[in-house]
Amino acid sequence: MSASSAGFPAGSAELRLDPLARLGRLVFGTAAIARVEAQKLRHDNLDILTRSVQPLLWLFVFGTALQHARSLNGGYGDYRAYIAPGVMAQAALFVAIFYGLAVIWERDLGQLQRLLATPLPRLGIVLGKASGASVRAIVQAFVLFAVLAVARIDIHWSVLGVLGSIVLLALGTAAFACLSMVLAAVVKTRERFMGIGQLVAMPLFFASSALYPLALLPVWLRAIARVNPLTYEVEGMRRMLLSLPVGDALWIDFAVTFAFLAVFAGLAARLYPRAIL
Amino acid sequence: MLTTVLKPTAGRARVAGHDTVAEGLHVRASIGYIPQAISVDAALTGRESLEFYARVSGVPRREREARIAQAIETMGLETMVERLARTYSGGMLRRLEVATALLTRPRVLFLDEPTVGLDPTARRLVWEHLHMLREEEGTTLLVTTHMMEEAERHCERIAIMDLGRLAAQGSPQELREEYGAASLDDVFAAATGREIVEGGSFRDVRQQRRLSRRLG
Repeated sequence: MSASSAGFPAGSAELRLDPLARLGRLVFGTAAIARVEAQKLRHDNLDILTRSVQPLLWLFVFGTALQHARSLNGGYGDYRAYIAPGVMAQAALFVAIFYGLAVIWERDLGQLQRLLATPLPRLGIVLGKASGASVRAIVQAFVLFAVLAVARIDIHWSVLGVLGSIVLLALGTAAFACLSMVLAAVVKTRERFMGIGQLVAMPLFFASSALYPLALLPVWLRAIARVNPLTYEVEGMRRMLLSLPVGDALWIDFAVTFAFLAVFAGLAARLYPRAIL
Repeated sequence: MLTTVLKPTAGRARVAGHDTVAEGLHVRASIGYIPQAISVDAALTGRESLEFYARVSGVPRREREARIAQAIETMGLETMVERLARTYSGGMLRRLEVATALLTRPRVLFLDEPTVGLDPTARRLVWEHLHMLREEEGTTLLVTTHMMEEAERHCERIAIMDLGRLAAQGSPQELREEYGAASLDDVFAAATGREIVEGGSFRDVRQQRRLSRRLG
């Protein structure tokens, strides 16, 4: 092997600083991280199956048990169909909220320090990790869709509806993953994070419209649910997956979810370097 | 700090000709950094890790494949790249990590305790590859270690740090003469005024033990 031809001549990494190049690094960096997260998932597909059990329990045990409670289904015939989007979003929420654990784990291993020493923008690292959570959520959603189809649960099947609800689910999951990274940057140790994760995930789930219409909740809880991004994610998916009048509220669901993602992605990118201390 | 991951509280530094604060992005684009702990993902194959670091560190797409092949050859990874990193031994992991850091052809390569937790054979292999790298590619290597004997044998210039301050620096020869000591262990003791084992927080110790266990 000769020194210059087969070897690594010094400092050949070219670096452009114009906005387009910066945006390119952000987009490609995000894609690269999302890609390895998907590869990891492929090497460990048992994980997807075990994680799919819980939403199925909600759907078939909880959903079937309460099917005859007329007031719960928000005027929709099949309660199981009514909670299907909620259960999907819930499964994704739990993946996302505990994603911060992976960040702490990678900090302990040194992967995070290593990434921070590459030209990758911090926002790219955060968005890449968040997309990793979304990839998991999407795969789980497909498992659930398959089960819904086989069990002939009364979903309004349309290409646009399924695609739209997956996009919304991906956005919401990425946003909750960013929230989780913010928490990870603050609490810093795995032991503390476990407690905090539970503390955040359960109220988010129950103070939302995932399992029941908001109209059933007491006023104070309804107020909380109204500012809970999960409510908008679930309502939006419900509008797209059930034969309900769509109205013009759908764009609000998308806007709120997207704004939530933007705010927490920005916050996580700022706080992220603190996670390594 | 030199890798721009941490902000300095005072002072300035230039790495590969760029200021670490004002031109952090340029610094990050010209260096390779291998932390003490394992920075390649155990759930990925060696090749996937190489591809990942090629993507995130800005290796041009056209050259990606050629450079990965080159890094595999340089670090002697041919037989194991398609396996999950989980199944690697400690020495293999380190070689894979060095390979991932070579993809950008860094001018300066930072290695934090590259041989910690490795058995003597693996340690020798890692050093052999590092020497090869320095001679053939002209990469500047900056290595931290607690093993004075390694520093003495492999390094041209040594800086001894004591509780975050520079206590002494020079070639092994110069240091031995300056302190009138027979070995670098003695130089270290004289320069810092205490034994080598002190210092280091509980967390550092815990992390290092956990790491040694993982490396087997």
